[in-house]
Amino acid sequence: MQIIWSKTLRPGGKWSGIVGRGRLLRFTALEPGANLSMLLYNAWNPCERYNMPDTLKAQHTAFLTMGNVLMSDNGRVMASIVADSLGWHDTISGYTSRQDIDQKYGVTRYQDQRNDWLRSGQENFAVELVRNGLTLRDLVPPVNLFAKVSVDDDGQLIFHENHCPQGGQVTLRTDMDLLLILSNTPNPLDPRSIYPSTSIQLDIFPANPIEPDDICVTHCPENQRAFENTWEYYALRNS
Amino acid sequence: MSLIESPRKVEDAIYDRLLPSGEGWTYELQPGQVLRIIDLEGNQAVDTLFYDADNLEDHYSAVATITGQHNLYLTTGTVLRAESGKALMRIVADTCGRHDTIGGACSAQSNGVRYDRSLEWMHNCRDTFMLQLSRYDDRLQKRDLAPNINFFMNVPVAPDGSLEFADGISAPGRYVELESLAHTLVLISNCPQLNNPCNAYNPTPIRLVIWEN
Ligand SMILES: [Zn+2]
Repeated sequence: MQIIWSKTLRPGGKWSGIVGRGRLLRFTALEPGANLSMLLYNAWNPCERYNMPDTLKAQHTAFLTMGNVLMSDNGRVMASIVADSLGWHDTISGYTSRQDIDQKYGVTRYQDQRNDWLRSGQENFAVELVRNGLTLRDLVPPVNLFAKVSVDDDGQLIFHENHCPQGGQVTLRTDMDLLLILSNTPNPLDPRSIYPSTSIQLDIFPANPIEPDDICVTHCPENQRAFENTWEYYALRNS
Repeated sequence: MSLIESPRKVEDAIYDRLLPSGEGWTYELQPGQVLRIIDLEGNQAVDTLFYDADNLEDHYSAVATITGQHNLYLTTGTVLRAESGKALMRIVADTCGRHDTIGGACSAQSNGVRYDRSLEWMHNCRDTFMLQLSRYDDRLQKRDLAPNINFFMNVPVAPDGSLEFADGISAPGRYVELESLAHTLVLISNCPQLNNPCNAYNPTPIRLVIWEN
């Protein structure tokens, strides 16, 4: 299939841009132990955004994998997970702050380390939110691709350190026109004391039209209804 | 799961009111003030958001609160954090046992997705939130609505990652008590949900009591 565009996100790297609906976004971990934090907004109306609770409760799950969709706070499917070699992506443990990074990995400054200084999730998001006319008030829980965080019976969080191998891969289909914000920064629960130096490759392809037997549409009746909301939105939008 | 009772007496309170189901409430707490939310009839969901009242752009963060304590459930000792990491509130007493912060607030659209698209007309928490915001301050808009806390709601997550809304673990008269660590705006929607068995399809009033300390 024809690659439209590719990008390598270096450790600490970030990116934002508008990706139209009907694309496949294939993310590949170029080394083990990746974590890519992702925020999603409706490109044309960014007060509609990814909603972690609606996504989880509609699909009766506390994690994301193939067949799951990412829902907006207006009951629409923003993106669908159409392929996944990992089986679990986290959306409950958030992003790192400057304080988290300094505490865990030591204080780094551009003055001393130049571009080897260590980026935080919140600062990366801040830059890309402001670049797109938004601010930190628009922060909501992100999706952390490649990370596995489960809970025990008492609710204690368990970070699974060896979850993502080199070459781990997940593919999302865009079902709406999205403003996508990406930050290749550590999962806040990653216990390693060395800042993960894991690059992530993003390749974008055109997606095939959705078939009636699409695994994300047929995953559960809730997904079917959320897709109907999305299709109705575009039927009204594009006359 | 340990239950911690409060030493405070209602007769010493500076504020005391009933909030029927389906209604909203906003209140600015000063540092040191204590808010008790009482589940009068049991298994009522109290959908609650917090804002830094000195910087309304900094809202409650479910994920910062969860990762800050390395635990999914909220109970006595939990510090409620904003997106900036700022500590807004601390739970100082809890006779229910634990509270949810990943189940979110019901909305017209989520009712449609979860149950049936014909149910979008029904009253819901996000409508209550938005009506309260429209009355409170022009600076607060839809973009300021983030994943909230559901006091008294039971949303257990299993080790295999499955998630269900389960029968409540609350009961008539159980309460949660929160001390404000900052100048904090509280936004409550006392949930009108009629489609979820967790409240036995019967939304009920809550009681809100505030002490100086
Ligand atoms: Zn509700």
